[in-house]
Amino acid sequence: MSGAATIDVERLAAASRRRRARDRVFTYFALTLGVLIFALPIWITLIGSTHDTDTIGRGDVPLLPGSEAFANYARAWDEGGGGRNTFAVPASTMLWNSLLMALIIACGKIAISLLSAFAVVFFSFPGRMVFFWMIFITLMLPVEVRIIPTFQVMTDLALIDTMMGLTLPLIASATATLLFRQFFLTIPDEYVEAAKVDGAGPMRFFKDVVLPLSVTSMAALFVIQFIYGWNQYLWPLLMVSNRDLETVIVGLTKMIGIGDTQNEWNLIMTTAVFALLPPVAVVVLMQRWFIKGLTETEK
Amino acid sequence: MRKKVIFRGVALPYLLLLPQMIITLVFFFWPAGMAVWQSAQREDAFGLSTQFVAFENFTDLFHDAIYLNAAWNTVIFSTAVAALALGSALFLAVQADKHIRGAGVYKTLLIWPYAVAPALAAVLWLFIFHPSIGLVGKALASLGVNWDYRVNGGQAMTMVIIASAWKQVSYNFIFFLAGLQSIPNSVLEAAAIDGARPMRRFWGVIFPLLSPTTFFLLVVNLVYAFFDTFGVIHALTRGGPGNATETLIYKVYVDGVQNLNFGSSAAQSVILMLIVISLTAIQFRFIERRVHY
Repeated sequence: MSGAATIDVERLAAASRRRRARDRVFTYFALTLGVLIFALPIWITLIGSTHDTDTIGRGDVPLLPGSEAFANYARAWDEGGGGRNTFAVPASTMLWNSLLMALIIACGKIAISLLSAFAVVFFSFPGRMVFFWMIFITLMLPVEVRIIPTFQVMTDLALIDTMMGLTLPLIASATATLLFRQFFLTIPDEYVEAAKVDGAGPMRFFKDVVLPLSVTSMAALFVIQFIYGWNQYLWPLLMVSNRDLETVIVGLTKMIGIGDTQNEWNLIMTTAVFALLPPVAVVVLMQRWFIKGLTETEK
Repeated sequence: MRKKVIFRGVALPYLLLLPQMIITLVFFFWPAGMAVWQSAQREDAFGLSTQFVAFENFTDLFHDAIYLNAAWNTVIFSTAVAALALGSALFLAVQADKHIRGAGVYKTLLIWPYAVAPALAAVLWLFIFHPSIGLVGKALASLGVNWDYRVNGGQAMTMVIIASAWKQVSYNFIFFLAGLQSIPNSVLEAAAIDGARPMRRFWGVIFPLLSPTTFFLLVVNLVYAFFDTFGVIHALTRGGPGNATETLIYKVYVDGVQNLNFGSSAAQSVILMLIVISLTAIQFRFIERRVHY
């Protein structure tokens, strides 16, 4: 009797081990497949950027690197690829514009949101909640739903085709203000009391206490807002007709003519790699802050 | 909620709020007001005179077959994008949450597409699905499929859905993973000891516990599919072929920027605003409730 029971236990243990091994194989398989699906378009693009125009144009989809990488990247950087209806803009120009736009938007959002959250949390003044709600409501008015009127406002203010016009309207930020407000509310009252006892004014308190405490929140927001700024599409499409101000995402799509096989696909792919690198680098290198920023701004 | 100890002064806080307020008023409230105002106006063909038409722009829209088609496209498109992006993200998050070697590497490799702009995602998938230079596009052709998203509306829709969903998976993945990691181990162990099989554990225990995250993500994904996918559609199909991939947001752009039909475009903007407002309201009401969990 006891012999049969032992065998049973061993058989069960073996079955459970087998099941766990099977589960593990399945997990690795599923994750690897997921990663591959994510990586496939990037791989094709990277490979494409190392071949000449004819190889891709012929339709032989290359799966291994070619020898034209240096030539392609140098040409895209200095001259850019010509679209069908547009003259070429060097990738260096477009990348510079995108970088400037993303930095101005990210830093601008952080700066004005810090100030307004500071005002709303640490002061009491008439209309405090009205201001707070006005900022909050902007969440419900994304650029996309007020395209035409905003464009008309920009025309009235002569901001079309300027870096200022490209960035200024995107700097207002309800999410950043809410995040900083949430964070400021956790700063202990004793800090404020101590500052008052020491005779420090509000701006001194802001500079010496609030700013140093907010560094992590600022880094987290920076990642999110940098990507937001870099990836803008509709707004630059509307605001920029002067191609010296072209940003890389919009410029890239302009390189692809519709229904046209005469595209310089190798240069388009090279430019796509350029457009991809900075935001991906920011996410991968600042992953910890990025996840913090993402999960906290959305609360 | 507010602080007990605060600074005195009235001029300073107004000064601090000034930059945010100027931008908000000039670029948000003024244009939004103009949209509402213009939605009740109609310009003649030459833009010389306008007349007040009250709700006529709106009633016209609801009788316009092209607008109703765009609305229907939007429903199909957003449902498919949300379902695809949420489903695959949840599946991957469940796998990545298991105790396996290299989990951190897998996470990084699944997170980075967040950084890809929607329009750029469209271009990347174009390299795959292009009928003459794309890997999959050519493979489909050699299998005898008549694949050309530039002339076939259904194929065009499939492509914009895939590109849009692909970009959104990493966002959902991050939130699902955070949600899974916050489920106490004791709950899962209790279920396992009670003899619940993995599938049963997932649908009976894990999925219900994740429902707040899922619901939040559903709203976010719908907002994304409604508004942020303009770049995907503009870069890939321009709403075509015909009007097969024209969504509501794309139509606002076409009518306002290309057809210069300001009254109708403004009316469409107002409708979209109402949609965002209701989605945001749902999201915040729900999040307030989540705090009590």
